[in-house]
Amino acid sequence: MNPVPIVRGKTPPDASPDASPDASPEASPDASPDDVTVSREAPVVVQVSDATVLLGGRAVWSGVSARVRAGEFAAVLGPNGVGKSTLVRVILGMQPVAAGTVEVLGGPPGRSRGAVGYLPQRRAFHPGLRIRGVDVVRLGLDGHRWGLPLPGRRARAAQARVEEVIGLVGASDYARRPIGQLSGGEQQRLLIAQALAPAPRLLLLDEPLDSLDLPNQSAVAALIARICREQQIAVLMVAHDVNPILGYLDQVIYLAEGGAASGSPQQVITTETLSRLYGTSVEVLRASDGRLVVVGHPEPAALHSDRHHR
Amino acid sequence: MTATAWSPVDVLREMWSLPFMVNAFRAGTLVAVLAGVTGWFMVARRQTFAGHTLSVVGFPGAAGAVLLGVPVWVGYVGFTVVTGLVLSRGSAGGSAGGSVGREEDSALIGTVQAFALACGFWFVVLYAGLLGGTTSLLFGSFLAITTGQVTFLLALTVAVVAVLAVLGRRLLLATVDPAVAQARGVPVRALDAVFLVLLAVSVAATVQVTGALLVFALLVLPAAAAQRLTARPALAVAMSVLIGAAVVWTALTVAFFSPYPFGFWLTALAFAVYVAAAAWGRTRERAR
Repeated sequence: MNPVPIVRGKTPPDASPDASPDASPEASPDASPDDVTVSREAPVVVQVSDATVLLGGRAVWSGVSARVRAGEFAAVLGPNGVGKSTLVRVILGMQPVAAGTVEVLGGPPGRSRGAVGYLPQRRAFHPGLRIRGVDVVRLGLDGHRWGLPLPGRRARAAQARVEEVIGLVGASDYARRPIGQLSGGEQQRLLIAQALAPAPRLLLLDEPLDSLDLPNQSAVAALIARICREQQIAVLMVAHDVNPILGYLDQVIYLAEGGAASGSPQQVITTETLSRLYGTSVEVLRASDGRLVVVGHPEPAALHSDRHHR
Repeated sequence: MTATAWSPVDVLREMWSLPFMVNAFRAGTLVAVLAGVTGWFMVARRQTFAGHTLSVVGFPGAAGAVLLGVPVWVGYVGFTVVTGLVLSRGSAGGSAGGSVGREEDSALIGTVQAFALACGFWFVVLYAGLLGGTTSLLFGSFLAITTGQVTFLLALTVAVVAVLAVLGRRLLLATVDPAVAQARGVPVRALDAVFLVLLAVSVAATVQVTGALLVFALLVLPAAAAQRLTARPALAVAMSVLIGAAVVWTALTVAFFSPYPFGFWLTALAFAVYVAAAAWGRTRERAR
């Protein structure tokens, strides 16, 4: 395995300041995702400013600020129970903030539901669920509507869109089988297709790599990164282990009981920043293959190192 | 049976010369449609135990209605709908994290079921004269379906199928993926309650043909068989209805010409269809 480079130039000096946001990045087909440049002029999709969330009168987290632009891949990291999923719920508009502001696509969260794709924490389908993968993907497109889908031009357009996103995630071979009988990785791809079906501008993914084996983790991570760049979708992914996505990340939002930090991975996942966040001495080590290991952490087994078996 | 070769048309003509058989065919067909549609959602939502309890509740409902001297359908619909609402309060306990769970609360359902059966037994004892009718309340009877009952079943079927047609997609999304449904603005908990009421109404209708204990012959077996045959939701609902209707018609015909009761034939035929569908589904999956 090649070392995963972390340091990336994101703002080349010659980048035109008025570059169109949907101009395709200057990536050659064989370029690794790391070479793709995100224009700083891309529109802001999520803007969180000094936000605090209270649950039952207790601050889950406070002082969280982050900005995710179109085509950027951001990760929400932190120990278990710190409120990573709560941040996703805030952005979905399902959880109000007690202080600070949150803007999604230029409006209050929850206003532009059709433009936000959401993949909740899994939830494997019951093996007896006799509904095809395509039907599950189709529900992502029009499952919130009243009535029944009637045949016609609209239904054909919907069907075409479903086939398109299934092709995009590479699930065409098994999309017509009952979803309960598919493997975890296959189900996860179809669920990503479901979230992509309404052509969202923001994709919120809650631990999509959880419960996948290592090859599937890297394949699904690469798929998400590719969709993020190619479709210019802002991706915010809650992750338990940063390593499978480390090479693709533009931004990290690190939540801890002591506060939060956001910035590029190389700014945030450092001995200094994490020690400050945890309020105790923490060390970030770089393994020879580029993977990061956090040691001395209050909850040692739960973070970055537990799937690092190679 | 004589040596005369009867064509199916002759058989139907013979049966339909009797008004009670005409009503039985009408009621049976309506109930097959209603139970086929609702049953498919119930099986997909894995709420079969709730459905069973609702059907058991039909027994004290009917016995109580007879005891009070009100029409039997009032007892069926009243008891099952109230129970449906009680069960919907118990399911989907919204947790602090706001995650949506639609796990059946089986202890609550079991509690309701036990109490309902005890009430039915008590009502039967209170109204000593009813004892002769207990078997038909439990196992169904197609001999006494009135034209008024058929009209009532038609109204219930049209109402429930219309509501399901309007809610269909949202209910399916809430069934498959409650968390995504909630994020898309679908009121998952309200849909849960609405579905249990629809299920209660469907059960109340089905009970009038199959009796309280054999409801599943139409509510579960056709839907489960259809699920074995296809994983396409719309096709599965259609097949569930067709299987139910075919089973009802065959069972009524066989029961008419045989000394054995309709409830037995209905359930046995539905079971045979399910077994055949499961075997076919399995061989097809092996062939992949």
